[in-house]
Amino acid sequence: MFGDYSIGDLGSIFVMQGFAGLILFSVYVLMALGLAIIFGQMGVINMAHGEFMILGAYVTWMTSNFFQSYLPGLFSGYFFLAMILAFLASGALGMLVEWVLIRHLYKRPLDTLLATWGLSLMLQQAYRSIFGAREVGVELPQWMLGSLHVTDSIEVPINGVFVMGLTVLITIGVAYIMFRSRWGRQVRAVVQNRIMAGAVGINTAKVDRYTFALGCGIAGVAGSAFTMIGSTGPTSGQLYIVDTFLVVVFGGAASLLGTIASAFSISQTQSTLEFFMSGSMAKVLTLLAVVGILMLRPQGLFALKVRK
Amino acid sequence: MNDSRFATRSELIGILVLAVFLVVILPLCLDVFRLNLVAKYLTYAFVALGLVICWGYGGILSLGQGVFFGLGGYCMAMFLKLEASSVENTKIQSTPGIPDFMDWNQITALPFFWKPFHSLTFTIAAVILVPGIFALIIGAAMFKRRVGGTYFAIITQAVAAILTILIVGQQGYTGGINGMTDLRTLKGWDIRPDHAKVVLYFFEVGLLFGCIFIAQFVRHSKLGRILVAMRDQEDRVRFSGYSVANFKIFAFCIAAIFAAIGGAMFALNVGFMSPSFVGIVPSIEMVIYTAVGGRLSILGAVYGTILVNFAKTSLSESFPELWLFGLGGLFIAVVLAFPNGLAGIWGDYVQPRVSKLIGTRKAKPGWTDNSVADGAPAE
Repeated sequence: MFGDYSIGDLGSIFVMQGFAGLILFSVYVLMALGLAIIFGQMGVINMAHGEFMILGAYVTWMTSNFFQSYLPGLFSGYFFLAMILAFLASGALGMLVEWVLIRHLYKRPLDTLLATWGLSLMLQQAYRSIFGAREVGVELPQWMLGSLHVTDSIEVPINGVFVMGLTVLITIGVAYIMFRSRWGRQVRAVVQNRIMAGAVGINTAKVDRYTFALGCGIAGVAGSAFTMIGSTGPTSGQLYIVDTFLVVVFGGAASLLGTIASAFSISQTQSTLEFFMSGSMAKVLTLLAVVGILMLRPQGLFALKVRK
Repeated sequence: MNDSRFATRSELIGILVLAVFLVVILPLCLDVFRLNLVAKYLTYAFVALGLVICWGYGGILSLGQGVFFGLGGYCMAMFLKLEASSVENTKIQSTPGIPDFMDWNQITALPFFWKPFHSLTFTIAAVILVPGIFALIIGAAMFKRRVGGTYFAIITQAVAAILTILIVGQQGYTGGINGMTDLRTLKGWDIRPDHAKVVLYFFEVGLLFGCIFIAQFVRHSKLGRILVAMRDQEDRVRFSGYSVANFKIFAFCIAAIFAAIGGAMFALNVGFMSPSFVGIVPSIEMVIYTAVGGRLSILGAVYGTILVNFAKTSLSESFPELWLFGLGGLFIAVVLAFPNGLAGIWGDYVQPRVSKLIGTRKAKPGWTDNSVADGAPAE
């Protein structure tokens, strides 16, 4: 299958596909970071994660419409406000959901899966009723359109670069919160031993609520970033959910580093394969490889060494 | 603990009531169109029945039952499709004698894995063996390495995604997104007219009771007790010298085979099979039926399936918007308030009062109903 291409062509192909893979990688990391907190740290299976992302996307869409109609002069910068709003909206919804639903189910992790699936159905219908069944797209500001020409045969889209930069920033932020801040220490303490954490004076219920809200908020930011590369509809969230869970599980659920590594390997495999065969077969092969490796190594790539 | 080999008295009464309901009341009350709808619902009841054993008793939540439903359904559909594409039926095609979708996709010869499906015996064997062996492989790979709980659920979900993408992508071999349509006859017997629908309905009810009997047998045998013990205290069972993995594999395989029988009946009853019954959404919906009916109740699963599907049909006919809110809300309510579903409400609240009214004091039937799902399927 390599025979038809010259060495130089192949090089460009791998660079271009590698770059497409990097955008996919950023997307996966953004999706998976929130879930790595909620599923990896808290053990809650949040099937409505995709719907939290979609909420972020709709918030971004509304912000962009608002800027277009009332503040056209500031349109080029709407995106930064939109992301903050998306974070707040998804985080607030997450807090509400934790309070109404999740906190009753911490002892029954599989039931969180069922309950959040019910939630995702309701959210989907809510989006459909409020925003309509059609997919909506966001108009990008002028500076985000176009692409950078690196060499004659290699060019990279600017919005892709922007998403990648955003991903790096958010990842660093999450790592800082989880591993350097006082609050992150409390989260990890609650995860490791809830009773003991409570005994030393940590308000575990509050930590749970804010952890869940943080995970959902990051999902909202992810959704907001997605609007730059694709359109959003009421049921788009479901498309992402399996991929996202696989990324988190493949990386080793409790490890942020593992999440990043697995997002990288999955996205690169898929985008390289995609050039040589149909997208669906590339996806099948990638997923098969992931499932196969998971069967050999059930704890994922980066497992915490714990006695079970 | 004084169980008989097969069922307690109250369970026998329950089975009889279900039998009267399905065999006498429904066929007398409903026209053929509605009866065929019930037949469609009942195909999911097979899946729910399997989930009761595998999830309710075994504590293994599979989110990939659509895979087995689909495998069974596709095996049957391939047989029916071959029969429907005989040479004289397909003489307008460029290559007569092969299914129409292959012709559209420029495939000129029947692929090798289609050929055995000319035989009904092979097809029936395949309906049971293909999903069974597939479940055996997945189960062995996972349970031998002690993957369980949420991880198992997510991986089975990924398998469902893979199979759907594969079926949709390989249009020439599988019919793609449209699936296999226009199925006509079974060994020359037309499956489309009304009287055939009625016959198929009764045949399906018979099969369902066969599966209920198997499920009852599993539940009341030593095997069923080990399954429950394993669900609640896996390590203790392992340290007592049982091979936990093998029991889990067995439960998973039974659930897969039940689902496949349901799928095959679906292809016969509805007359087509498509990837939209394989993927993640239908798989989770099948779990919903089980949860609503009661994950610990064999009969509850059947009632739950009929009820949710009936609600789905009637609500989505008249209030399409309300339906998803209703389904989602129902599901959250069941998980939060009634972890044992409708059967739990019956067993915990209604039945004691009824017994009191009649004046007979019965012991709670068996051991399983005491283990309310609080401690149940944990990781």
